[in-house]
Amino acid sequence: MDCDEFVELVTLFLDGALDAATEQRFVDHLSLCDGCDAYLDQFRRTIQTVGELPPESLSAPARDKLLSAFRSWQR
Amino acid sequence: MSDDGALPPDDVLAGRLRKGDESAFEQVLDAWSASMLRLARSFVSTDASAEEVVQETWLAVIRGIEGFEGRAALKTWVFRILVNTAKKRGMKESRTLPFGSLTFDDEGPTVDPSRFRPAGDPYPGHWLADRKPQRWSDPESAAERAEIGRVVAAALAELPDRNRIVITLRDLEGYSSDEVCELLDISHGNQRVILHRSRAAVRVKLEHYFDAERGIHRGL
Repeated sequence: MDCDEFVELVTLFLDGALDAATEQRFVDHLSLCDGCDAYLDQFRRTIQTVGELPPESLSAPARDKLLSAFRSWQR
Repeated sequence: MSDDGALPPDDVLAGRLRKGDESAFEQVLDAWSASMLRLARSFVSTDASAEEVVQETWLAVIRGIEGFEGRAALKTWVFRILVNTAKKRGMKESRTLPFGSLTFDDEGPTVDPSRFRPAGDPYPGHWLADRKPQRWSDPESAAERAEIGRVVAAALAELPDRNRIVITLRDLEGYSSDEVCELLDISHGNQRVILHRSRAAVRVKLEHYFDAERGIHRGL
């Protein structure tokens, strides 16, 4: 496998969606290529970093309105 | 799905909501509203509009909780209502999201081809020695972590809407590929292409950040 093919298959690999033969070629390449090993690592870091974004929050008035809507609906 | 550790199991939660347990409602409201806002924002044109979509969704949840049958996870059920509400609102604002088909922007390599050895080279398609990805350092301080967060937030903001929607659902909310396809009604193939391009685009921004950091540390 060449590096330029490898970089396009990373999401499929992470999803476990590569066919067995391609996955084997992917892993074989990974074991030999430091650049692609770093690329995969960077991709994982990217995904992890996206997952750590701080939440926004609902405005206090909207939150209060919904809580009171819940209260009155249940009555 | 991510960070719902504190919530009770779905059947318990749904039972409490049906009985009018306000603290249970408060729990889901606070646990999910941030994600819902972020997702809604990709479908509509303003923050205010996104907040209205989230409010409308919660009102529909309050009215509809009796009818929740537990066939999907409670959170998925709520998010499905959100997506439908947001889509309707987006259409009213004349924002359409062509999830069904890929476009010109979805084609082509996700890594700059000039970083690879050209045809004719003994190892065509392999990284050029000086353009190979470099290992990223671990953030050394809270300030650096926050800076990295800002880089990622900015990168997401620059993505086309549907790319942002897909990467938000997969990597921020932790939905599976199947769930995202069902929620957005797109094929697995298209979902993966969009996701891969989105991640690759965010990675490029992070790479610029880390390259610049390295430059600073080397005293450049």
